[in-house]
Amino acid sequence: MAVKSHSIFDPTIIVPAIGDSFRKLNPISLAKNPVMFVTEVGAAITTFLIIAGHGGNFGFQLQICLWLWFTVLFANFAEAMAEGRGKAQAKALRATRTQTFANRLKADGTVEKVAANHLRKGDIVVVSANELIPGDGEVIEGAATVDESAITGESAPVIRESGGDRSAVTGGTKVLSDQVKIEITSNPGETFLDRMISLVEGATRQKTPNEIALTILLSALTLIFLIAMMSLKAFGIASSVDFPISVLVALLVCLIPTTIGGLLSAIGIAGIDRLVQKNVLAMSGRSVEAAGDVDVLLLDKTGTITMGNRQATDFLPAPGVTKQQLADAAQLASLADETPEGRSIVVLAKNYGIRARELGDMPEMTFVPFTAQTRMSGVDMNGSSYRKGAADAIRKFAGGKMPEAVEKDVKAVSSSGATPLVVASKQTILGTILLKDIVKGGLADRFERFRAIGIRTVMITGDNPLTAAAIAKEAGVDDYLAEAKPEDKLALCRKEQQAGHLVAMTGDGTNDAPALAQADVGVAMNTGTQAAKEAGNMVDLDSNPTKLIEIVEIGKQLLITRGALTTFSIANDVAKYFAIIPAMLVGVFPQIAPLNVMFLKSPESAILSAVIFNALIIIALIPLALKGVRFRPLGAARILQRNLLIYGAGGIVLPFIGIKLIDMIISAVHLA
Amino acid sequence: MNQSGWLQLILYVVLLVLITKPLGLYLYQVLDVNGRTFLDPVIRPIENITYRFIRIDARKEQGWILYTASMLLFSAVTAIFTYVLLRYQNLLPLNPQNMPAVVDHLAFNTAFSFTTNTNWQSYSGESTMSYLSQMLALVCHNFFSAAIGIAIAAAVVRGIVRHSSQTIGNFWVDLVRINLYLLLPICIIYAVFLVAQGIPQNFKPYDTAKVVEAQTVQVPKKDDAGNPVKDAKGNVIMVDQKVDTQSIVQGPIASQIAIKMLGTNGGGYTNANAAHPFENPTPLSNLIQMLSIFAIPSALTYYFGRMTKNQKHGWTVWGTMAILFVAGTLVCWAAESGGNPMVQHLGVDASGGNMEGKEVRFGIFNSALFATITTDASCGAVNAMHDSFTPLGGFVPLFNIQLGEIVFGGVGSGLYGMILFIVLAVFIAGLMVGRTPEYFGKKIESYDVKMASIAILLMAFSILGFSGWAALTPWGQAGVNNNGPHGLSEIFYAYSSCTGNNGSAFAGLTANPSNNDPHYDITLAFATLIGRYGIIIPVMALAGSLGRKKLVATGAGTFPVTGPLFIILLIGTILLVGALTFLPALTLTPILEHFLMLNGKLF
Repeated sequence: MAVKSHSIFDPTIIVPAIGDSFRKLNPISLAKNPVMFVTEVGAAITTFLIIAGHGGNFGFQLQICLWLWFTVLFANFAEAMAEGRGKAQAKALRATRTQTFANRLKADGTVEKVAANHLRKGDIVVVSANELIPGDGEVIEGAATVDESAITGESAPVIRESGGDRSAVTGGTKVLSDQVKIEITSNPGETFLDRMISLVEGATRQKTPNEIALTILLSALTLIFLIAMMSLKAFGIASSVDFPISVLVALLVCLIPTTIGGLLSAIGIAGIDRLVQKNVLAMSGRSVEAAGDVDVLLLDKTGTITMGNRQATDFLPAPGVTKQQLADAAQLASLADETPEGRSIVVLAKNYGIRARELGDMPEMTFVPFTAQTRMSGVDMNGSSYRKGAADAIRKFAGGKMPEAVEKDVKAVSSSGATPLVVASKQTILGTILLKDIVKGGLADRFERFRAIGIRTVMITGDNPLTAAAIAKEAGVDDYLAEAKPEDKLALCRKEQQAGHLVAMTGDGTNDAPALAQADVGVAMNTGTQAAKEAGNMVDLDSNPTKLIEIVEIGKQLLITRGALTTFSIANDVAKYFAIIPAMLVGVFPQIAPLNVMFLKSPESAILSAVIFNALIIIALIPLALKGVRFRPLGAARILQRNLLIYGAGGIVLPFIGIKLIDMIISAVHLA
Repeated sequence: MNQSGWLQLILYVVLLVLITKPLGLYLYQVLDVNGRTFLDPVIRPIENITYRFIRIDARKEQGWILYTASMLLFSAVTAIFTYVLLRYQNLLPLNPQNMPAVVDHLAFNTAFSFTTNTNWQSYSGESTMSYLSQMLALVCHNFFSAAIGIAIAAAVVRGIVRHSSQTIGNFWVDLVRINLYLLLPICIIYAVFLVAQGIPQNFKPYDTAKVVEAQTVQVPKKDDAGNPVKDAKGNVIMVDQKVDTQSIVQGPIASQIAIKMLGTNGGGYTNANAAHPFENPTPLSNLIQMLSIFAIPSALTYYFGRMTKNQKHGWTVWGTMAILFVAGTLVCWAAESGGNPMVQHLGVDASGGNMEGKEVRFGIFNSALFATITTDASCGAVNAMHDSFTPLGGFVPLFNIQLGEIVFGGVGSGLYGMILFIVLAVFIAGLMVGRTPEYFGKKIESYDVKMASIAILLMAFSILGFSGWAALTPWGQAGVNNNGPHGLSEIFYAYSSCTGNNGSAFAGLTANPSNNDPHYDITLAFATLIGRYGIIIPVMALAGSLGRKKLVATGAGTFPVTGPLFIILLIGTILLVGALTFLPALTLTPILEHFLMLNGKLF
C-alpha cells in the first residue's frame, strides 16, 4: 500500500501545521479543551494588561505574555501535526480512488456509462478486464482475477468470484482478466475508505471514553488551581503583598496540566494513524482503545497460526529401507500431485539428494490421480508402480500386510497430531511420510509476550482434538477449541465475555459476522465478505490475521502514552512551584530566599524560566506523543514500575534541570 | 527527639497493628446484617425490637440514592433537634449551673458541626452547655455521626465488592448495628476505664475552691443593665476585681470523652479539651485516648481487605496511612523539640524544646504525637494548643487536615476519602499499563472520575474559597489574634478544620466574637456541611456506579493495587493531586512564618 510512515520532521506536514496552529486559536474550537482554553484566556488577560499599560516591567510582562501564547500555539501545533500526518495518510488512500467511470446495468439490461461517484447502493455494474472497479461491492456473477495492490501492496493477483467468501471487491482495484457483475454495497462517501479518511482527518473525531474521563480530571485540576490562585491573591492582599495578575496567570498556567492537555488529542489521532500505517482501518477511535483492553484473542488456526496447508516434514523409512530410497519413491509418487501437500513432498525429497524431476522428462510415466475411493495417488512407470496414501489404503494396495515398524510409525504420527502418508512401491511398503501443519515462525514467541502482559490466546480449529492439541502446544497458545463449527465462534466469544473478558478476533466469512459483531474488537479481512466487514469494527487491508496482535499492541501503546504523559504533566508541578512561589514572595519577604532551591538568578528569570519550560516541554514531547511510548511485553506490575520511574520520578526531576538551564540561558543573554 | 519518644512511638504503632485485625474482624461481622458476634445473645433482641420500633425491614436493601437520602434525612432531623435543644436549654432540666440559651448562630454552628462529625466549638463547653445539652444534644451526635461515617464507608466498600448490583445495603440497619454492636459496648467499658483513671461522671453542680493565692484582675466596669460603661472618649472603663475562688467543672464527663475519641469527634467537654486534667488525667489515659482515635479507622482497612478478599490491599492502604502518619509525627516532633531559636538566643535552655501551650504532664513528644493523630484522623481533640506550636510544628496539623483527613482519618470518612484517592491513582497510573484503568475488576470510567473529582474539587473550594474570603473582610480580620502569616494561618486552619470535619482549632481565632458577629459561625458551619456531604454524596454515587458495573476478569495485565509500588503511587497522588493545591497558600502561612522566625521575626 502506498501509505508510509512520515518522518516527524517532514516539511510538507510541518509547514501547514504551523498555519493551522494559528487557526486553532479560535476560542470556540479551543473550548473543547478546557486546559488550553484557560491558558488562552490567561494569555489574553496578560495581553490586555500590557495594552492597558498595567504593571511595571514591560519587557518581563511582554515575554510572559508571548510565552503564554506560545504555550497555546505549541499545543495547537501538536494537534495540527497529528492531523497533518493523518491527512497525508488520507491523501495516499484517496490516490487509489482516481476518478473512474462505471458501466451501470440498467433495468432493461442495457449498459450506461456513469461517473463512479454517482453510484448508489444496490446499483449493478459490469467490470471487464483492465478496468478499475468503481466502488466497494460484491461479485454477483462470474469470476475474475483482480489486482488489489493499490490497497494491499501485494502484487500477486487474487481471484474474486460470486458466491462463497471470496466475493467482496474494493473500489480502486483493477480487474485483470474476465468480466464480472458487481453489486455496489455502499453509497458515495460511505465506503470504508471514506470513513477512514474522515477519521484520520479529524473531521468526525469524537472523544473516546478514556479521553472523556481524562478531560474531566484535567478540568477538575484546572478549576482547583484556579481557586488556589484566587485564594493566593487574597492571602497576598492580607499579607500586604500585591501579586501582579500576570504572575498569577503565569503560575496558574504552569500548575494546570498543560502538557497532557496540549498533547491529548494528538495522542489519540496518532494512535489511529499508526493503525493505518499497519494497513488497518479502524471504524472509530473507541475501537482502538478497546484493543488495548483486550485480554483474550480468538485466533483461527488456518491462516493465523499455521500456514494455509500441511507440509511434509520427515520421512520415516520401513526396516531395511534407506531414507533416500523412501524419499525417491515418495517424490516419484508425488510428481504429478499438484496439491500443496504433494509439492511439499517433492521439495522435502530434494533435501535427501534426490534431483528435481519434471513430469515432462519421463514420458513413459502414467499418473494415477487421487480418488475418494482409492484414497491414494501415484504413478506407474517401467512396470513398477509407486503409491502414497492413507495407511489402510496402502495396506490394501500392498496385499494386506504392513511391517510392524511402519504400523507403529503411523500410530505415533497420528497421535502427535500430524498426518501419516504411507508410500509403497509395487507390493513393498517403503515407509511413512510425515505431513504436518506448519506453525508460522515467531508465533510462540509472540504468544509468550502476550502471556506476560496477561492476554490469553485461544486457537479455533475444525481439526480433531488430538491434532488441535498438538498444534496448540507447538504454537504456544493457551487454549484451543477443536472441531469448531463456525457458529461455535460466537458461542465462545459470548462465553469469554460473560466471564468478564474482552475479546478480539478476526474473521472473513459471512458466518463469522455474528461473532465479529459480538467481539469487542472484530477485525475483518479485506478479502472477506461484505457482511464480515460490516460486522467488524476494523478492516485489515492486508487480510493478514496475525495483524490482530499488532492491533492490540497499538491500542495498549495509545493508553500507555496517555497515562505516561498525564503522570509526567502532574509530576512537573513540583519544580514549577519551587521556581515561581519563592520568586513571587522574595521581593517583600527576602527571608524566604532558601526556598529558591534551584538558585535561580532573579525573580523575573525564575518565573520566565518556568513558563518557558512549560511551553517548550509540549514541543519536546510531540515526537513521543505521535510515535507513542514504546510498548514492552511485561506484566502490569513491571510496566507500572518502569513507567512510574520514567514519567513519575522523571517528571519530578526533569523540570528542575530544565528550568535551571533555561534560567542560566536567559540570564546570560539578559532577557530577565 | 529523645529515646523515650522513639520507644513510645514504636509502642503506639505496635499496639495499633495489634488491634487492627481483631477489631477489623469484628467490624466484618457488625457491618453484615447476617453477621454473628459474641454479643448476639444480649443485643440481637434489642436490635430486632429497634427495627420493629422504627418499622424497618432489615432484609431489604437500598440503592445508593435511597441510602444517601435516608442518611441526609436522619442528619437533618437530628441537627434540628440539637438546634432546638440548645436554644431552649435554659428551660430544660439538668442545668445546675443555670446556663442561658445558646445564641442562634452559635446553636446553628454547633448543630451542624456536631452533625457532621466536625465538633468545631466556637464556645467553651463548661461555660455554655447544660448537662442535658452535653449529654443529649452533643453526645448523641457523637454516636450518630460516627456511625454514619462507618455506615457510608461500609456502603462504599460494598459498592466496590459487588457487581451488577443495584443495592449497597440498608442505612437504618447499618446505623442500628454500628451503634448497638460497636460503639455502645466499647464506650461503656471505655467510660468505666476513664472513670477509673479519674475522670468525673456525675450531675453535681460545679465545685468551688478557694484559691491559695488571690489574684487581682482588671475587668470592664458594668452598669446595672450589664453593659460596659464608657468614659468621655468612648473607652471602656476598667476596674479592679479580686479573684479568690475558682469554679471546678463537674458533670457527665467520662461518658462523653469515650465516644469523643472512639468516634473521632473531638468535641471537648471543656474548652481545654484533652489538655484538661478532667478529660485526660494520666499518661495511660493519654495513650488509650490516642489509640482509640485510630482504632476504628485502622480496623476499617482490615475490614476493607477482608471484604475485597484481598487482605494485602487492606494492609497496603494501612501502610500508606501509617507512612504518612509517622512522617507527620516526626516532622512535628522535630520542630517542637527544636524549639524556637529566638527564645534560645535569649539564653533560655533549648533542651526542653517549645513548651509554650503544652501540658508539662505530656511534654513535647506526647503533644506532637497527639496533635498529629488528632489531625490525621478527623478527631480534633487536642492535648496541646496547636496555635502555640512552632511554625513547622503547626504546619503538620494544618497539612494533615488538608490532605483530606485520610491518614486513618475520621471513622469511616478516612476510608472513603482514601478510596477517592485510590480511584484517582488507579485512573491516572492505570492507563500507564495499557488498559482502561480498573479497580477490583471495575472499569474506572468518566462518571467515576467525575464523582471523585467533584469531591476533591468541593473540598479545595471550601477551604481556599472561605479562607480567601475571610482574609479579605473586616469580620475575618477581626477574628485573628495575631498579625502576619500567623494570623492568616488561624483563618486557614479554621476553614481547613471545618471542611475536613476535624474540629480542632488553631486556638488563636475568635470565631464567636463578643459583638456577636455571626460570619464565622455561619461560614464555618457551611464549611462543615460541604466537607461532609460534598464528599459523601459523590463518593456514594461512585459506590453506586461501581456496584452496578460488570466484572472485568483480572490477570497478569491487571493493574496491581498492593505492595510498596502502589503505596508510593498512592502517596504521590495524595501529595500531587490533593495537597499541591494548598501549597501556594501554605507558603504564605506557616512556611513563610518559619522563614521569618529563622530571621528573628515572631508573631
